[in-house]
Amino acid sequence: MRVIYLIIGLFAATIASAQETVVSELSQDGVSITATFDGSEIFLFGAIKRDAPVNVSAGKLDVIIEVSGPPTETLVRQKERKAIIWVNAESVEIDRAPSYYSIAATGPLEELVTESERSLRNLGLDYAVRVADEADEEFREAVIRLHQKNGTYASEITPITLTEETLFTTKLAMPVNVVEGEYTVKTMLVRDQQVISTATSTITVRKTGIEKWLYDLAHEQAFLYGVMSLVLALIAGYGASEIFRRIRG
Amino acid sequence: MQIYLPIAEMSVNVFLLIGLGGLVGILSGMFGVGGGFLMTPLLFFIGIPPAVAVATEANQIVASSFSGVLAHVKKKTVDFKMGTVLLLGGLLGAAIGVQVFKYLKEIGQVDLLITLSYVVFLGMIGSLMFIESLGAIRRSKKSAPPKKIKRHNWIHGLPFKMRFRTSNLYISAIPPFLVGALVGVLAAVMGVGGGFIMVPAMIYVLGMPTKVVIGTSLFQIIFVTAFTTMMHATQNYTVDAVLALLLLLGGVIGAQIGTRIGVKMKAEQLRILLAIMVLGVCLKLGLDLVLTPSELFSIGAGGH
Repeated sequence: MRVIYLIIGLFAATIASAQETVVSELSQDGVSITATFDGSEIFLFGAIKRDAPVNVSAGKLDVIIEVSGPPTETLVRQKERKAIIWVNAESVEIDRAPSYYSIAATGPLEELVTESERSLRNLGLDYAVRVADEADEEFREAVIRLHQKNGTYASEITPITLTEETLFTTKLAMPVNVVEGEYTVKTMLVRDQQVISTATSTITVRKTGIEKWLYDLAHEQAFLYGVMSLVLALIAGYGASEIFRRIRG
Repeated sequence: MQIYLPIAEMSVNVFLLIGLGGLVGILSGMFGVGGGFLMTPLLFFIGIPPAVAVATEANQIVASSFSGVLAHVKKKTVDFKMGTVLLLGGLLGAAIGVQVFKYLKEIGQVDLLITLSYVVFLGMIGSLMFIESLGAIRRSKKSAPPKKIKRHNWIHGLPFKMRFRTSNLYISAIPPFLVGALVGVLAAVMGVGGGFIMVPAMIYVLGMPTKVVIGTSLFQIIFVTAFTTMMHATQNYTVDAVLALLLLLGGVIGAQIGTRIGVKMKAEQLRILLAIMVLGVCLKLGLDLVLTPSELFSIGAGGH
């Protein structure tokens, strides 16, 4: 996947403009979910490489960074009043929804790139989250709203500081409820509302240490995990009664 | 201090969990109840997914019941034969309960099932307890003798009679089996031990002597909740060992404090307080079902 993105990126860069390419580097390419995991912040540094001086008449230069988490099967349910109580009634499967989505840019997305560029690259939440049937628009909006509420979709665009049209930096915030998987970070260089160069990197989010061990055990060795939970409970229960018996005695 | 729960997949404050465990522990020590029916809704309120809350609470109840039953075994106040009949029913009930749970989880109605069960059972038990203890308080003021429990009822006409020596009973095995089965279903669906149903049933329906009731119900609860834990762990993958351990830590300390407070209070006062609390939780859950929610949509876990 990474290689394909890279090739597409390089290819696009070559035809659009031979002289400007974007390079970027992350402060870390992995996030470990440990027992004390409380979200993470990753810095992205980038630069624009030029083979030749830029024409003075060249249009406005912008940078867009899109971070999207691994897509998950998303089922959205809608509550309805049945008799006097509210119950889950209709449900819709969302065809495409990343588990995490955020955009960092030098300005509002609508002003930086053309509508056709956004649709081509699935750029922005309105393109990144899709439903097959237009009648399910309400469900699509609900996915975005719910994700924004728990922090897995960014509600606002993170600003990027672009220095001398050459260097830029931004902060990517990974919330505490990120799911495991490969996160794609796409850095796009925009000139005259057209993407002229793309650099792609990946952040791998993984559970590590005791978190990973317990999660894997619970899913792969469920019986053993159940027995372990029970043994722990029995030891704790026996321990507690013994300790308090001695305190009283 | 935040801790990431591996199965619930969320970060929670450690002291909040220990505190919740402690609070419910104090109440369970005061009232002599398991506390599962208070802990599980509290876990919903702090945002633990209901499926995880129910399964994890079953695991925690194993520990607290085990701690409690040891004292009863020493005092010889456990009717093992009756306990075994209740247990056999309980295992069947729990097996059915977990399957129902699994099915409803798939079709997205498990939260509704759990909440409805809570509203119905808490409402019933709470009102009965409230009326009963009000009556008891009035009677104690008039100092009239309490009504005698009938020892002979319709139960004595049923087949499969067995002798339960510790309870000093000769009754059919069917009623205790059914009581056990009902409690088993509740354990699997609600994440409770079911003592609040079983204890009154043992006294009023089976006619067991009060002194063996608590020990025998704890004996049944340990095995049924252990079985429920195993079923949830292997079929739904929803037992969070870290969460259970933290709740336990607070719970055992709280229970000891609660027992001391409980000794100083009158039984009728205790019962009426418990009834009010049960009705309070019931009302909150009931309102959540009836009032128009602020968010009508929810994301169901499709990939799990």
